[in-house]
Amino acid sequence: MNTIVFTIATLALLGLLLAIVLYIVAQKFKVEEDPKIDVVEALLPGANCGGCGKAGCRAFAEAAVKEGLGNLFCPVGGNTAMQNVAQALGQTIEAKEPQVAVLRCNGSCNNRVKTNIYDGYATCATITSLYHGDTDCRFGCLGRGDCEAVCKFGAIKVNPATGLPEVDQEKCTACGACVKACPKLLLELRNKGPKSRRIFVSCRNMDKGAVARKACKVACIGCGKCFKVCAFEAITIDKNLAYIDYTKCRMCRKCVAECPTGAIHELNFPPRPVAAAKPAEPKPVEQKVEVPVNK
Amino acid sequence: MKTFRMGGVHPADKKISQNAQIEKLPIPKTVYISMIQHLGAPAVPCVAVGDKVKVGQLIGTPTGFVSAPIHSSVSGTVKAIEMINDLSGRQVNTVVIDTEGDEWMEGIDRSETIEREIKLDAKQIVERVKECGVVGLGGATFPTSVKLSPPPTAKPTCVIINAAECEPYLTSDYRVMMEMPEQVIIGGTILMKALGVNKCYIGVEENKPKAIAKLKEFCGKYSGVEVVTLKKKYPQGGEKQLIDAVIGKRVPSMGLPVDTGAVVQNVGTAFAVYEAVQKNKPLFEGVMTVTGDCSNQQRNFVHRVGTPLSFIMEFCGGVPAQAAKIISGGPMMGKAIVNIDAPTLKGTSSILYLTEAQTKRKEESNCIRCGKCADACPMGLEPYLLNKLGRASMMDELEAHYVYDCIECGCCSFTCPAYIPLLDTIRQSKAAVMKIMKSRTAPAPAK
Repeated sequence: MNTIVFTIATLALLGLLLAIVLYIVAQKFKVEEDPKIDVVEALLPGANCGGCGKAGCRAFAEAAVKEGLGNLFCPVGGNTAMQNVAQALGQTIEAKEPQVAVLRCNGSCNNRVKTNIYDGYATCATITSLYHGDTDCRFGCLGRGDCEAVCKFGAIKVNPATGLPEVDQEKCTACGACVKACPKLLLELRNKGPKSRRIFVSCRNMDKGAVARKACKVACIGCGKCFKVCAFEAITIDKNLAYIDYTKCRMCRKCVAECPTGAIHELNFPPRPVAAAKPAEPKPVEQKVEVPVNK
Repeated sequence: MKTFRMGGVHPADKKISQNAQIEKLPIPKTVYISMIQHLGAPAVPCVAVGDKVKVGQLIGTPTGFVSAPIHSSVSGTVKAIEMINDLSGRQVNTVVIDTEGDEWMEGIDRSETIEREIKLDAKQIVERVKECGVVGLGGATFPTSVKLSPPPTAKPTCVIINAAECEPYLTSDYRVMMEMPEQVIIGGTILMKALGVNKCYIGVEENKPKAIAKLKEFCGKYSGVEVVTLKKKYPQGGEKQLIDAVIGKRVPSMGLPVDTGAVVQNVGTAFAVYEAVQKNKPLFEGVMTVTGDCSNQQRNFVHRVGTPLSFIMEFCGGVPAQAAKIISGGPMMGKAIVNIDAPTLKGTSSILYLTEAQTKRKEESNCIRCGKCADACPMGLEPYLLNKLGRASMMDELEAHYVYDCIECGCCSFTCPAYIPLLDTIRQSKAAVMKIMKSRTAPAPAK
């Protein structure tokens, strides 16, 4: 009996002593942190995607509290989250146009013939380090899904029928992970546009027109027709490739009709009135051709 | 018999073209001379469209220390200077020349006589080797003059002529040894003189007994030259492995081979050095093998640099029907040819036809941790681990496990019973880690 009492007493005393030591240590080495950091962190989406350029949401919150918002922007939370953060910190920020990732290649299996077989380790980065790719286009999508692998939001998936990744604009948060992952620099963050309407050149081939066209049916050949028809100086042509500046584009869609190869894409527009448009125009449509799935 | 200490594999020998004498390949109507035929900075064309050039005329000037000049391999008119796809489909600045006749520059000794006396002194030799655009012909095409000008801290003690030719199928080095043994040895003595050393080893693998006998026959006449017979093992021809095999010293990690005192040059390079120094002939020709189990022609050629590969293939009766993959270089380290219209380079050593059965990759399965890759790695790395780290992009861990020491020999992928593409992932992580390490030591951007 005595032993039990003795044991309990010793342990209790030990516990008490250690608790006091722990308390003193905790007080002595307390890390002073701005409570605002916790507040800001709670307002962020918590995706830790790194889309803002910081290591994660906590790092973003720390930077925001210590250095002010400045150019910081959380693409995942978007304007709502940013407004909340700004309010919590008593700052004001301007709303940003929401963005979305866009693939600038339409070289599906139908449009771009495979000229060789690659059977090595199937990532785009490996292929790029070895050679130009399994088609004649040096610039086009390799379809091995490095972008799909890095997307934390499941917003980008390689379609086995076309061999090209497709962006789900509802899920895409414009964090930019895919843009960094693509070795061919095919993904670009562009403004989502009014009613999600967007016009862009779905090609990055900088070869001469004939070479580009031979490699891919829907390549931009740098003919300059779109450049001439654009009334807003939104289109530039550099190295046989047209580029539409989304900040200048007014969505008149004239260039889309003009493009001889159908390299310019329009998204989420209502169908054109048939009478107004010229009858036999090569209308660029998203590739939805039934293709036997390569295994 | 000597060999390197660590790792290595034994791929089938397959030297089926070894008895084919070196033939002269006809000169094509048009040659495409690339400005990137060496490791380092690309050369810049110094001729204009419409210019007449002669064989051996300088057409590309080097830019920077690690670079090499390029000479015309034919006589004719410069038709164009444009970007042309190389054998992996990458665009390279190329001088296109339409051939007219075969007029050589004056000063090039075209006679067959063997010049034995070395008239130039060490400095002049290095200068001549540089002017003649000699590069390492063992595969890496590293400018030879750079190797012959070691940093002042290094003290070279010997020259090693790399005659291992450990890659299966390739026989171009073997034929050079068989047909030009004395020239190779003179090349070795020239290299000795350039470096101020008095020992030259020629490392030959045991599977070439005739070449060993041929070389031994001549090396008695030249003091300091010794033929070392090596056990057959891949990658014996790797610079670091060969040094280990011949003089038993290891190149330190991140160190230069010359830190061991050895300067390694390929047989082909030794021959090119001989031609440059004794015959004043720039490097615009190379010896290459056309071979393959499925090919009915096994041949060795002297080709003019810039000859389209398709021209050579046609000359040898076209691509065999069963060929599924065409490789330039050996089957272990060579590159698959994507564009058969690409021209040959100084370092082109073969056109190798492989059948589908030989080349088809089997489906990858899980690592069973057998450790075969670690046993096979000649650099003492752990490929299974590097593969895992690479796939998880753990750059600091990769660096801690010496991924930068990988020589990309492919022994790991060759031995892996689970067919894991180890080299593919390691090569990629090596490139990424090297980039990070370079950025660390790079000077900070100007403020």
